[in-house]
Amino acid sequence: MSLRNIGIVYRKELVDSLRDRRTLISMTAVPLLLMPLLTIGLGVVMVRQVGQAREEIPKVMILGGEDSPNLRAELAKLEGVQIVPQARDYAEEISSKQIRAAVEIPAGFDAKLAAGEPMSVKIYMYEGELRSGFGADRMQKFFRDLRERAIRERLEARQLPESLIRPFDIMQQNVAPPEKVGGAILGGLVPYFVILLCLTGAMYPAMDLTAGEKERGTIETILCSPVSRTHLVLGKFLMVLTASVATAVLSIISMTVSFVVGKKLLQGVGSGAAGQILQITMTGKAILSVFVMVLPLAVLFSAALLAISLFAKSFKEAQSYISPLMIVVVLPAVAAVLPGVELNTTLALLPVLNTSLVSKEIMTGTYHWKYIALIFTSSCIYAAAAIAIAVKLFQREDVLFRT
Amino acid sequence: MIEAQDLVKRFRDKTRGEVRAVDHVSFRCRPGEIFGLLGANGAGKTTTLRILATILTPSEGTAVVAGYDVKKEPQKVRTSVGFLSTATALYGRLSAQEMVEYFGRLHGLDEPTLRQRINAIFGRLEMDDFRERRCDKLSNGMKQKVSIARTLVHDPSVMIFDEPTVGLDVMAARTIVGFIRECRDRGKTVIFSTHVMSEVEKLCDRIGIIHDGRLLAEGTLADLRQRFGKQDLEDIFVEVVEQ
Repeated sequence: MSLRNIGIVYRKELVDSLRDRRTLISMTAVPLLLMPLLTIGLGVVMVRQVGQAREEIPKVMILGGEDSPNLRAELAKLEGVQIVPQARDYAEEISSKQIRAAVEIPAGFDAKLAAGEPMSVKIYMYEGELRSGFGADRMQKFFRDLRERAIRERLEARQLPESLIRPFDIMQQNVAPPEKVGGAILGGLVPYFVILLCLTGAMYPAMDLTAGEKERGTIETILCSPVSRTHLVLGKFLMVLTASVATAVLSIISMTVSFVVGKKLLQGVGSGAAGQILQITMTGKAILSVFVMVLPLAVLFSAALLAISLFAKSFKEAQSYISPLMIVVVLPAVAAVLPGVELNTTLALLPVLNTSLVSKEIMTGTYHWKYIALIFTSSCIYAAAAIAIAVKLFQREDVLFRT
Repeated sequence: MIEAQDLVKRFRDKTRGEVRAVDHVSFRCRPGEIFGLLGANGAGKTTTLRILATILTPSEGTAVVAGYDVKKEPQKVRTSVGFLSTATALYGRLSAQEMVEYFGRLHGLDEPTLRQRINAIFGRLEMDDFRERRCDKLSNGMKQKVSIARTLVHDPSVMIFDEPTVGLDVMAARTIVGFIRECRDRGKTVIFSTHVMSEVEKLCDRIGIIHDGRLLAEGTLADLRQRFGKQDLEDIFVEVVEQ
C-alpha cells in the first residue's frame, strides 16, 4: 500500500473538484443556504404568520338568536370579534375566507337556558385553516364561559358546592428538562438533514470521478500510469469522502449558527410551538456525537456511490442509477423522525435508520452506550464492505470499459 | 523491446457471446524501430495495444515490454511505457503544467527531477506560453502537445501510439507524426496503430496487418511488396484481408 500514491491521486482530485462549480455548489452552497432557510427563514415566516393570524379580529356570523336578546347583548359586548350580519351562504363565505366562523344559536336560547333545557350551539369553521381556527376558538371560549357561569348560578341557586360537578381536577406536568422536550421535537430533524446532506455532498463528486472520467476519456489516461487501481480508487474515495464530510460539517455549522441567530430573532415574537423550539439547546457534546455517528455513514455513502457510478458509462447513466438511492436513504431517515419509532437491537443493525435513530436520542441528551457501540460497529462494517466492493469493481475490465 | 507472444483476448458480449478480439497475436518490435499495426476498425489494434500498456490483461499468452512481463509485472511495464491515443484525454480543469506534473509524480519522479523534465519538455515542444492555462481552454494542437508531454515526462523506453492522429487537423497530425519519428531517432521502441496507409508508408520500419484479431502478415514494406507482388500498400492490405 503506497500512501504516497493515494495522496497524489487525492490531491489531484481535490484540486480538480474544487475547481468544479457543480461540486462546490453541492458541497457548500446547499448546506450553507438550506439550513438558514429552513431554520431562520421558515421559523420567522411561521412565527410571523401565526402572530398576524392571532392579531386579526375575526369576522364571525351569528345565525339565529333573534329571540334571545340577552345572548345578543353579550355577543355585542364580546371583544376581539367582529360580528357580521346573517347571510344564507355562510358556509361559502367561510370557505372563501370572507368570514372566519359562524355560530348557529338554537331557537329560544335565552328561555331554554333559564329553564335548564338541553340544547346545542353549533360553530361552523374551516378545518385546518389557521385564522378560522382562531375565530372558532374565540367563539368556543365565549360559550364555554357562558356555560360555566350558568352552571355556577344554578349550583348557587340550589346551594350546592361546585365540587358536585367537578369532584377532582386533572393536572398534567412535564418533568423532562427543556432540552429534552426541544430535542424530541427537533432531535429527529437535525440528523435527518445531516445524513441527507452527507449523501448529496458525495453524489456529484462520486459521479464525476468515475462515470465522468469514462465520459471524458480520462479513465484510459490514468489507467496507463503506474499507479495501481487500488491506490487510484482509494484516492478517489478519499476525495468523495472529503466532499461528504465537508457537506456534513458545513451543514452542522450552518445549522448551529442558524439556530443561535434564529433563537434571537424569534425571541421577541415566539409563543406556543415557537416557544418550545426556543427552549432547545444544541450542546457541543451532542453535535460532536452526532457527527461521529454519521462519519461511518459518510464512508458507506462515498464508497457505495463510487461503486454504483463506476458501473455507468456516462454521467447521465450514473444519475439514473443514483437517483433511486435517494429514496433508499430518505425513507429510513424519515422513518426515524416519525413519533413512536424507538431503537431496538434489530433496528440498530439497519444502516441509515440506526444512525438516524441514535442521533435523535443523542440530540435529546440520551446516550444508550450499548446501541451506540452496536450502531457504530455495524456502520463501520458496512462502510468497509462498500470500500472493498468499490476496490474490487475498479479491478474489473468489464466495468471500466463497459460499452 | 516489445515481444508479444501468442496474445489472446476474449470478451463476453451479450448478443454475440464470446468474442476473440485478439487471436494468437505474436510479433516483436526492437528499440529504434517503429512497428505499425495496420487494420480496419474493430480489427483488434486497440485491444492489442491496451494489453501491451497493461490496461487490459490478456486471456492467454503474454508480452514482454521493456523487459517486464505484462501479466506478472504490470506496474513496472507502465513505468517504462508512454501510451498515447485519441481516447487518452486530458483533465480539463487542470493546467497544462499540473497535468504533466500529476503524471510525473505518479511515475515516482522527485520534485527537482520533475521540474527539470517539465522545463525541458515544455521548452522543446514550445509549450511555455500556455503552461498555466487550463486544458479545457486549449486548442486541439495545444492539447496534443500536453498529451505528448504527459507521455514523455518519465522518459519511457517504449512508446505506444493508438491511432494518435484520428480526428486531428493537418497541423496537429504533423506534430504527432514528427514526435513519433523523434522517438525512434532517440532509440525508443515505438509501436503505432493506424488505418491510414500513408502514415504507415511514411513512418513504419516494419508493418503488421491485423484483421479479425489475427496478425495476418508482418514484415518491412519492401518485404510485403515483394511477397504480394504489389507496390501499393492499400492493394497489399486488401489482398491480405481477403485471403
